Amino acid sequence: MSNEKTDCPNHESLHDTRRGFLKKSTTLAAFAITAPAVVKAGENDEKIAGFFEKMPLQIEVNGTAHNLSVEPRVTLLDLLREQLNLTGTKKGCDHGQCGACTVHVDGRRINSCLSLAVMNQGKKITTIEGLASGDKLHPMQEAFIRFDGFQCGYCTPGQIMSAVACIKEGHANSEDEIREFMSGNICRCGAYPNIVDAITEVKKGGLPL
Amino acid sequence: MINFEFTRVSSVKAAVDTLAKNPGGGFIAGGTNLVDLMKRGVMSPTRIIDINTLPLKQVEETKNGLTIGALAINSDVSEHELVKKNYPLLAMAFKAGASAQLRNMATVGGNMMQRTRCTYFYDTAMPCNKRQPGSGCGALQGYNRMHAIFGASNKCIAVHPSDMCVALAALNATVTVVGSKGQRNILFTDFHRLPGEQPEKDNTLAKGELITGVTIPANPFTKNVYYLKIRDRASYAFALISVAAALDMSGDTIKSARLAMGGVSHKPWRLTEAEKFLAGKPATNESFLRAAEIGMKGAKGYGYNNFKLKMGAAGIVEGLTKAIQNV
Ligand SMILES: Cc1cc2nc3c(=O)[nH]c(=O)nc-3n(C[C@H](O)[C@H](O)[C@H](O)COP(=O)(O)OP(=O)(O)OC[C@H]3O[C@@H](n4cnc5c(N)ncnc54)[C@H](O)[C@@H]3O)c2cc1C
Ligand code: FES
Ligand code: FES
Repeated sequence: MSNEKTDCPNHESLHDTRRGFLKKSTTLAAFAITAPAVVKAGENDEKIAGFFEKMPLQIEVNGTAHNLSVEPRVTLLDLLREQLNLTGTKKGCDHGQCGACTVHVDGRRINSCLSLAVMNQGKKITTIEGLASGDKLHPMQEAFIRFDGFQCGYCTPGQIMSAVACIKEGHANSEDEIREFMSGNICRCGAYPNIVDAITEVKKGGLPL
Repeated sequence: MINFEFTRVSSVKAAVDTLAKNPGGGFIAGGTNLVDLMKRGVMSPTRIIDINTLPLKQVEETKNGLTIGALAINSDVSEHELVKKNYPLLAMAFKAGASAQLRNMATVGGNMMQRTRCTYFYDTAMPCNKRQPGSGCGALQGYNRMHAIFGASNKCIAVHPSDMCVALAALNATVTVVGSKGQRNILFTDFHRLPGEQPEKDNTLAKGELITGVTIPANPFTKNVYYLKIRDRASYAFALISVAAALDMSGDTIKSARLAMGGVSHKPWRLTEAEKFLAGKPATNESFLRAAEIGMKGAKGYGYNNFKLKMGAAGIVEGLTKAIQNV
């Protein structure tokens, strides 16, 4: 997806329509909290728009540099999914409680739902889309398939991102340690034993991740 | 999430000045607590001041002990060689908190400042004196299974949810903060406060102050330590109760002891009377049982959390036993 699309103020898209809605609804919300802002808004809607100003954001995602402009309240998760169309990263709880949104920032696994996109200025992000090289799956992706590490698959991108980091961090030395260090990824389908097997296998294989 | 203005600051002074100019604003570090609360409408700062580029990430030994910057990442501190070697209780407490992903984001300052996980605090449709002073306490007569047994008031029975803080309280840490009037140090055990009449105040940080770091004095508790955390699942859950136990042994005799509990009060709860009792006693089950009895004096249940009275006592004994076994 091109950056112009997200940057163009006149572009009619689902986003802009929704942003328009949010703008209105947040104006209403602001009524309860900051009366002066609403007075201003009544006089001239442009003034409150200052509150919605976008910020420039340079960010590298899966090896591609992006020059974006985002509202400060957009999370890294929403940026990835909605502005960059990278929908592999999932939104489970949106509150740090499930791990479905796990991505790597400068090589470390984090929950992208609790990180504001603008806090990631200049950072390198890797998502599940960035693991494979071309048609060749990442060893962890292959292991998840081989060991049946999923059922519905919703938690899987987060599990795999977390699993890769778990090995790289040196926290995959026993099944107990894997379970402890994978606890931030909840699987509603209960694929846990197979996930642990997949990670154990990749760790044993000793391939560079 | 209600929108806000966003500023990045690159010096401690700029951080403090920006907050002084924007009284409705707040700092953001890892974001793991603030972003969550903002999404739920519990907190709504009008300006967010991003402090992540401040040079406050250090973990270093100084003449005063170990100094940890406020922006040091929880996972980095817990894996740091100095911490594992000389402050193993702290390393254990970190590992017991949250998940690997969250620990990769959470900072030491943010961990101290995290708000309670009381469901009435989180649910903006419910009364909560902490969120909205004067609205009442939903938990007092409500579903209070996670709530306090020590030091609560009739205005608030919420607990402070941190694991790291329990270890820092046990290790006699101090907190360094900076405001427009300059720098000051606060004893860790005086940093968080009891709810009393003002449950909206979690701690003694003055408005406009920034935490710059914590210092742990050098101590002999390098071997016989244990952080016991009892929770609803094996990992990635807040404590029902937790016990930080540290013993300095001479043969089978306890030279000195440190004991603190989490999940039981509005602040990390130091058990100083039990510590005093243990000093000079043999490290036996009998001593530990008596320490638990002393430690649990004054505990009070509020209904659904009555189980914590027994669990607390058993937890103290188990924590001390594990510290001795050094497992
Ligand atoms: C699902 C989940 C499970 C969790 N489980 C646990 C657990 O088991 N044990 C546990 O201990 N914790 C747990 N946590 C909480 C986690 O430890 C905290 O959210 C984290 O430590 C907060 O740090 P942060 O840097 O992300 O803070 P932020 O969210 O960035 O900030 C929190 C608050 O601190 C203020 N602040 C931050 N830095 C400073 C500073 N230097 N000076 C002054 N104010 C500052 C901010 O203004 C804000 O109000 C859990 C969190 C989640 C989401
Ligand atoms: S969506 Fe981020 S942890 Fe659940
Ligand atoms: S595979 Fe369905 S949630 Fe994990």
